[in-house]
Amino acid sequence: MAEGLLRIENLKVYYYTRDGVARAVDNVGFSMRKGETVGVVGESGSGKSTLGLAILKLVPPPGRIVDGKMFFQTIDLTDLDEKEMQKIRGKEISMIFQDPTTSLSPLMKIGDHLIETIIAHERVTRREAEEKALSLLEDVGILPERFNDYPHQFSGGMRQRVGIALALALNPDLVIADEPTSSLDVIVQCQILDLMMKLKKLYDMGMILVTHDIGLVPEISDKIALMYAGQIVEFADINSFFEEPLHPYAEALLDSVPNIQLSDQKLRYITGNPPDLVNPPSGCRFNPRCPHAVKECREKEPPIIHPEPGRVVKCFRYEERSDED
Amino acid sequence: MILKVVDLTKYFPVQQSFLERLLSMRTDYVKAVDGINFDVEKGEVFSIAGESGCGKTTTGRLIVRLIEPTDGRIFFKQTEITSPKGEELRKLRKHIQIIFQNPYASLNPQMKIGDAVGHPLEIHGMAFGKDREQLVVEMLEKVGLQPTGKFYGAYPHELSGGERQRAAIARAMILNPDFIVADEPISMIDVSLRAKILELMNQLKHELNLTYLFITHDLAVAKYISDKIAIMYLGKIVEMGRKDAVFSQPKHPYTIALLSAIGIPNPKMKRKHVELKGEVPSPINPPSGCRFHPRCPMATDICSKVEPDLLDLKNGHLVACHSIR
Repeated sequence: MAEGLLRIENLKVYYYTRDGVARAVDNVGFSMRKGETVGVVGESGSGKSTLGLAILKLVPPPGRIVDGKMFFQTIDLTDLDEKEMQKIRGKEISMIFQDPTTSLSPLMKIGDHLIETIIAHERVTRREAEEKALSLLEDVGILPERFNDYPHQFSGGMRQRVGIALALALNPDLVIADEPTSSLDVIVQCQILDLMMKLKKLYDMGMILVTHDIGLVPEISDKIALMYAGQIVEFADINSFFEEPLHPYAEALLDSVPNIQLSDQKLRYITGNPPDLVNPPSGCRFNPRCPHAVKECREKEPPIIHPEPGRVVKCFRYEERSDED
Repeated sequence: MILKVVDLTKYFPVQQSFLERLLSMRTDYVKAVDGINFDVEKGEVFSIAGESGCGKTTTGRLIVRLIEPTDGRIFFKQTEITSPKGEELRKLRKHIQIIFQNPYASLNPQMKIGDAVGHPLEIHGMAFGKDREQLVVEMLEKVGLQPTGKFYGAYPHELSGGERQRAAIARAMILNPDFIVADEPISMIDVSLRAKILELMNQLKHELNLTYLFITHDLAVAKYISDKIAIMYLGKIVEMGRKDAVFSQPKHPYTIALLSAIGIPNPKMKRKHVELKGEVPSPINPPSGCRFHPRCPMATDICSKVEPDLLDLKNGHLVACHSIR
């Protein structure tokens, strides 16, 4: 584990709501290496955002990390108290949020946002922090003359650039980006993703990209973790995943997304609705919507299977199924 | 031809404070839609695509006559529908219906699904009591809200996003209209349910002999569903034509950039990014000449001075660009 950056084991994050316990993240595990990008993909309610927040121990109440281990390098994050976590946040692991409009203070100049973050964590003078802030802005493509502007004077794309600069300010080893481009139009989205890829190399960071848009993943990620109803149903290398998805949900999802490069595409659709996390279906959580489900799938939870090194699939029938095709 | 739009224009006055009004005589306008022309043939799916602020939604609302145009004319089946008010407008609504983007906002939370879907029948005096119920049940069946008994008496909060949008579709279709404006009908819906809604719309189109004006920001969806497409930028149509022409041989630099920015759910198909400078400018004072010129990689002197006309290249593939002649 010399190269290990993050290893999550049996993580459980539950929300204790009035309607019952919602198992947003239920027994999730994966690991990533230094400098790697993992795309965490899922629909709304699949637990992908909760997973991202859990790594920084920012799950809002009534949510709680119930069980599991999260090793960041050699530290188990689950052991740390709030004070120790504050030293990790921003400095070692930072976050890019979906909507920079809400993650930036409207009363603070963007330069001051950066300076405050730098001074809070590093022993530097204001002068040095200012220089660092200016160079960060340059890296994300914002002109120095906008240093004293307020967030409302920026467009959505420019605000997200500020969000990225903030996430990079302390040179973290891991950045968690939660739907970083979902509130942006396609062209700006493309600019931001290009920027993120460039900076990831420049700063030599690992990244977790949380997104509902599976179309964004191939270009930017090395690995994919596909989530369904609080669980990772498939974890794989990008190329093998898109070449031959093993989990029936992965396959169905890929067949249901329109691809701009194809003509006369025939879309397949997934029947049924995403499950209720308070009362998930028994057995495999995808079984009511799965065309391959048998009795076993309805009764027992499928095990985590390693069909090849570095690949995980949570399905009883993946092998027989690939024989059927 | 079922719908013809001639020089359609909508300017929204920018809200000013009392003091501003006293001090200046000038009112600024958001030029949301600025002189667009297009025809829709019976039975086709005509898509309007573009980024936020391009005027696509305003166009849809103008056609359904939810808002009054500033200028221009709309013809529906040879009859001008730009000016009708009161009773005449109400009659028109029987023929032109709209499906809104957000099924969480477009259904009255205090109205049972059956009543919401049947309400238009009462408003138009077409069916009451048992007859109405019968028609609603048939419609619920058509959109796949089965068992109809359960959905008839359910309230919107008991339904998933996909089911709500089905109810909204049922409500739009119950009057047996000829023309449906669908404004981003799948963008608020879970990824795994989108394909199914598209499929349903396709199927109903054939069954009920409909014509769609499909408004979307997602070009991959537009490619999947439409026969013809118009690309809008800052209130203008920049390119329009049959789907195969626009997608396989895009001509306008904006269309080319837009297409190149879309994520592809396949790592083997690499996109070639066309870099565009900056973001969409404000529609309050749009750039002179061609509105795209400040961001256009091909812009020359003429582009900032003269507005390009939308000209036919061949077989109804229209482009508004000085560099394409």
